[in-house]
Amino acid sequence: MSSRIRTELIEINMGPQHPSTHGVLRLVLTLDGEVVVDCKPDLGYLHRGIEKLAEMRTYVQFIPVTDRLDYLSSMLQNAAYVGALEKLGQIEVPDRAEWIRMIVMELQRIASHLIFYGSMGLDLGATTPFLYGMREREDIIDLFEMLCGARLTYNYFRPGGVSRDLPGGFYSKAKAYIAKQRERLKEYDDLLTNNQIFIGRMRGVGVISAEEAVNWSLSGPSLRASGVAYDVRKADPYSFYEKVNWQVITRNEGDSYARYLCRMDEIRQSLSIIEQALDMIPEGELKCKTPQRLKLPEGEVYHHIESSRGDLGVYIASDGSDKPYRLRWRAPSFVNLGALGRIVKGWKVADVVAILGSIDVVLGEVDR
Amino acid sequence: MTELTEKAIRDAFPDAIIETATDMDGVLNIKIDPGAIVPVCETLRSLGFDYLADLFATDRQDRIEVVYRLTALERNEKLVLRIYLDRDKPEVDSVTSVWKGANFLEREAYDLLGVVFKGHPDLRRILLPEDWEGHPLRKDYVIPD
Repeated sequence: MSSRIRTELIEINMGPQHPSTHGVLRLVLTLDGEVVVDCKPDLGYLHRGIEKLAEMRTYVQFIPVTDRLDYLSSMLQNAAYVGALEKLGQIEVPDRAEWIRMIVMELQRIASHLIFYGSMGLDLGATTPFLYGMREREDIIDLFEMLCGARLTYNYFRPGGVSRDLPGGFYSKAKAYIAKQRERLKEYDDLLTNNQIFIGRMRGVGVISAEEAVNWSLSGPSLRASGVAYDVRKADPYSFYEKVNWQVITRNEGDSYARYLCRMDEIRQSLSIIEQALDMIPEGELKCKTPQRLKLPEGEVYHHIESSRGDLGVYIASDGSDKPYRLRWRAPSFVNLGALGRIVKGWKVADVVAILGSIDVVLGEVDR
Repeated sequence: MTELTEKAIRDAFPDAIIETATDMDGVLNIKIDPGAIVPVCETLRSLGFDYLADLFATDRQDRIEVVYRLTALERNEKLVLRIYLDRDKPEVDSVTSVWKGANFLEREAYDLLGVVFKGHPDLRRILLPEDWEGHPLRKDYVIPD
């Protein structure tokens, strides 16, 4: 007589309405008890057909649309797109504008990582980190508001420069913010980084080896946490990243905690980049002259930058008109999400929340 | 480095290479016979191109063009592979067996441009609903009201 209990696999939906899916994402999980046997992400709930929209807008009209891709890193979206236009159109950018760009790009990276810090805590049941992260992010948002009037969708970059100069008081406010943020990072560490419950949920969870991370095309902190020192800012330098001192942060563990620590250390690197840049910025023009109706020569271009989430690539095929013939947006979150199914396999349902949080996707750019 | 890669590929696949060029970034672009995509990719991977940075398709009206952007992370060398497919029957073997990261990227090219990647483990629409008709990034796509 057999005493075996009959068991069967069960399929459950995590999302699309779920507090930890960071937007509208549905994960179809196949479970054996509590263990994840298979995970299929179901995307597209936010799909707006942005690549198609681009074909119907002039090059300049499309800049504000880029703000709405990864809406937590709008400045970086602006930068990737405008960078591609400048490369194909061979448009020069004045030095002052390029320094300002680097400052806002790094401020944006910190703002995005602060949201990550907060939501990572929230995902695992700690509410306070979110308040801390949002509090400091507010200072960055205030700086951006001084700069361009907007708090989320900045539309700040222009082909050949930026739309406005740094306003009076920006320098001192930015310096004060850097000092404050450095102090507050210690608080963050006390609250979350060294918290035993948090470490218990994160360390050793969702490990991916360097070889696999590369094979799955991961990028950004999610790749560097597996020990691969690939950062577009170093590998394919753009802007003035070669003129300041900073390091690519890597860790070797490849687990959720390493992905968390990478981002926290990147905040420190970004603060240092901004600090140096603020003192190196020269006087000068903000924008070179470009025609009102920008036309790009026939041909194609691929430009990529290191966004807060990874390798953000923009491909433009031009037929010589004032609209792109084809625009391709290589969104790091989309590609990183492709590896989620592999990473969560064999872990428990509760770990899916930690692992998804540690990959830090934004659905606006996943779905496009 | 680029010359070595070009020579290695030419030696291994004398018949599969249709054209080579260097783009504005100084990156080698190789146009190959679509039928040879998997063996070429396997060879490139063994030459160090371990990272599939991007994969996307473009409707050029007389053909569908698929672009594979590869990086050899160790030596920071880039390479672009390009294939032309018949617009009425755009089919090519999937490279998911070489790079797992191709999974989502190929599904996207299938969804938006209708490129069929043979041997893909799970070729379904990814951004649009499963019952969607047509492929929006095709130039003759009619936008529904």
